[in-house]
Amino acid sequence: MAHTFILDGQTIPFAEGETVLSAATRAGVFIPHLCHHPDFKPYGGCKLCTVRVEGRHTAACTLRAMPGLRVESDTEALNAERRHLTQMLFVEGNHFCPGCEQSGHCQLQATAAHLGMTSPHYPQFFPARPLDASHPDILLDLNRCILCTLCIRASREVDGKAVFALGGRGIGTHLVVNAASGRLVDSDLSADDLAARICPVGAILPKRRGFAVPIGERTYDGHAQVAGPLKTANREEGV
Amino acid sequence: MDESEQGRVVGGILAAQGHDPTRLVQILHHCQEAVGWLPPAVRAAVAAGLRLPLAQVEGVAGFYAFFHLQPVGRYRILFSDNITDRMQGSEALMQRLCASLWVEAGKVSEDGLVSIDRTSCTGLCDQGPALLVNLRPIGRLTVGRIDQIADLVRERVPLDAWPAELFAVEHPVWRRDRLLETPFAPGDALRAVRERVPQDGLAAANLRSWREGLPGGLAGPDALLDEIKRANLRGRGGAGFMTGLKWEACRHAPLPAGQTRCVVCNADEGEPGTFKDRVLLATRPDLVIEGMTVAAYAIGARRGFIYLRGEYRFLLAGLESVLAERRQAGLLGPDILGVPGMDFDIEIHLGAGAYVCGEESALIESLEGKRGTPRNRPPFPVTNGYLDQPTVVNNVETFAAAALIAVQGGAWYADRGTAHSAGTKLLSVAGDCARPGVYEFPFGVSVRAVLAACGAQETQAVQVGGPSGVCIGADAFDRCLAFEDIPTAGAFTIFDQRRDMFEVARNYVHFFQHESCGFCTPCRVGTRLLRDWMDKLQRGGGSPCDLAEIEQLNGLLQRSSHCGLGHTACNPVLDTLAHFRPAYLQRLQHTTFVPAFDLDQALAAARQMSGRDDPGAHLSAAADEAT
Repeated sequence: MAHTFILDGQTIPFAEGETVLSAATRAGVFIPHLCHHPDFKPYGGCKLCTVRVEGRHTAACTLRAMPGLRVESDTEALNAERRHLTQMLFVEGNHFCPGCEQSGHCQLQATAAHLGMTSPHYPQFFPARPLDASHPDILLDLNRCILCTLCIRASREVDGKAVFALGGRGIGTHLVVNAASGRLVDSDLSADDLAARICPVGAILPKRRGFAVPIGERTYDGHAQVAGPLKTANREEGV
Repeated sequence: MDESEQGRVVGGILAAQGHDPTRLVQILHHCQEAVGWLPPAVRAAVAAGLRLPLAQVEGVAGFYAFFHLQPVGRYRILFSDNITDRMQGSEALMQRLCASLWVEAGKVSEDGLVSIDRTSCTGLCDQGPALLVNLRPIGRLTVGRIDQIADLVRERVPLDAWPAELFAVEHPVWRRDRLLETPFAPGDALRAVRERVPQDGLAAANLRSWREGLPGGLAGPDALLDEIKRANLRGRGGAGFMTGLKWEACRHAPLPAGQTRCVVCNADEGEPGTFKDRVLLATRPDLVIEGMTVAAYAIGARRGFIYLRGEYRFLLAGLESVLAERRQAGLLGPDILGVPGMDFDIEIHLGAGAYVCGEESALIESLEGKRGTPRNRPPFPVTNGYLDQPTVVNNVETFAAAALIAVQGGAWYADRGTAHSAGTKLLSVAGDCARPGVYEFPFGVSVRAVLAACGAQETQAVQVGGPSGVCIGADAFDRCLAFEDIPTAGAFTIFDQRRDMFEVARNYVHFFQHESCGFCTPCRVGTRLLRDWMDKLQRGGGSPCDLAEIEQLNGLLQRSSHCGLGHTACNPVLDTLAHFRPAYLQRLQHTTFVPAFDLDQALAAARQMSGRDDPGAHLSAAADEAT
């Protein structure tokens, strides 16, 4: 821990090769993010963690910390951009929080609340996306997928299965299930796989679990300011 | 072809490609050529043969516009949809062909004979409008040619039996300078490089540099790098990075055991309006390939690739035969020019319809048989490129220039151009002018001089560098093409006073939307939002609120996108807004916000299903009647 950098005026120690996001998180400073997970290599796709460094914008999850680096993160301008990115994620899919079992545990929803998002702002795309209820234990609802690829990485790197992959391109990018039928029931996925549990939103959910935790007591519930629990939750994850 | 036969065909292709998963994109090309599309059984056989998850094969295939996971017509006709094609009437020609063959654009005819759709610029802007039929280009489309094509399709004439003149591609060059006029024979540059080495150190220097790729102190490669640096050669792909520095960085990059350095020629010329690499590859292929070989010598590489865009597949056979001739002549392969250890060879990979693969790290991903998504950088390709090996990626034109510099020396080259932009630049001139084609000018030439040379009249605007470049109006025609003023990768698209610059920008915005790779949120969603906004303005639903939204979106894309595609996606709109605002203002029919959601438009599907289009089936008309 010989080195430090400056994040919003605060001195943050870091280890050789560490990223700005991971060092900040360890120091208890929260930088919003969706596709990042501490157990996996940085991905850099959601761009929520974009920070400003020496006048340039870059994703904190892929940015190597350097001694003396001056990083801005919690500024009104950057949070406004994060809010817009979050709104983009909302309008490109079909996110109906009141009817979603993940509501209250959902990182997208919590991020939106944290950033003070009060409307989707952009015109909704209302895409026609399939719902796959074929698997006995797991529901796959692509309407809610934000393409963080955590399930893909978890299945490959931890479960050793490669149940998921990305298909399509551009706005048509979507999750592909590794089965000739394309259906989850014909894949190797099992309920205790990390891939079945890692989804930060409600795209991959266990079946037969309804309101096991009452609304009001969920991960991000019951706080006017969501930043607190979001930080805590991330620390508990070990982020 | 039934499934067992498909399996046999795929088996043969996999064997020919060495069951190498890094060749997945090439394997999919061959499979599709044999079968017509990529049916589930083919995908499954490829996945099994390469020991890849089926989802990965489908994910890669689904990324590229030229791979089809759904059935397509036996004749797959794709109209080039660059703005220049549109200006030359491509839309009407496509409608004519659709009507003639009873098929809807984007769909397959009921008998499975033909499918017709649009595709991004095919690089025939100097002889448009153009189309691809099963990836074979047909330019100079006219009503007559369209009717001829319709007849050939209807009569099911095999493509090989179509009149050859349909497929003739010309390579007009209207102005030549150093790159296009200097005589060059295969091997010239390599012999010159060899002569530059002190005789006593020849074998040793080369052996070390080629076999081990050791940096420093070696006369041959160092002398060459000095010449490249003396020439002040900058990358011709647009960014203008110093070629000498790039090569040197790659040469000095650590090389783990069992690895080799690589040289990659970026021939994925996808920027709409650009075609100069097509002309170089067709008319001076030896110059390009020798430039790659010279680069290999400088950095100590043993493997080379030409990544040729799928639209240029018609150049593949010619390039392959040049490679074969050069192997025969001892200019490629082991012990080049008889120097022990000078081993270098090149293979050609074909792209499959993905503009983003012109970005060097996306190109490398594609070379490795993956989806063409730009990587997180650093590390950069010079240290961690193809299969994590040190890799130099340069533009076609950069390699051609490097070959001549190796022969003639850096001072000879830097004699042309400006202080910051040495040498010459090939321009792909198209649009409203008398003589579209390639023009080679020294850097520093003014826009006005180019316009005069190509016979452009009443010019309203020039798009320099394609949609990701800049759009300038008459007030800027005295500006110069150079890295220090208007940098360009070579596209030079001219619009005269008749043209609607709003429609130009809208075409480019559609292009970016279509080509976004989808990796990062801002570009994936933002390019789609931008497209929808421009379409809303075009439909007459625009208000000043929409312009403010576009400007704000531009800031977001520039600041948070993953690669240059997202950074530049708003440029066409912002430039035309700045210089041709009236084209927008005339479309702002409202002073206050109008929702993008159009209720009457939303009923279009219902109208089509019920076969009604009378006033009563329209919401606005019904409302009007009521009042």
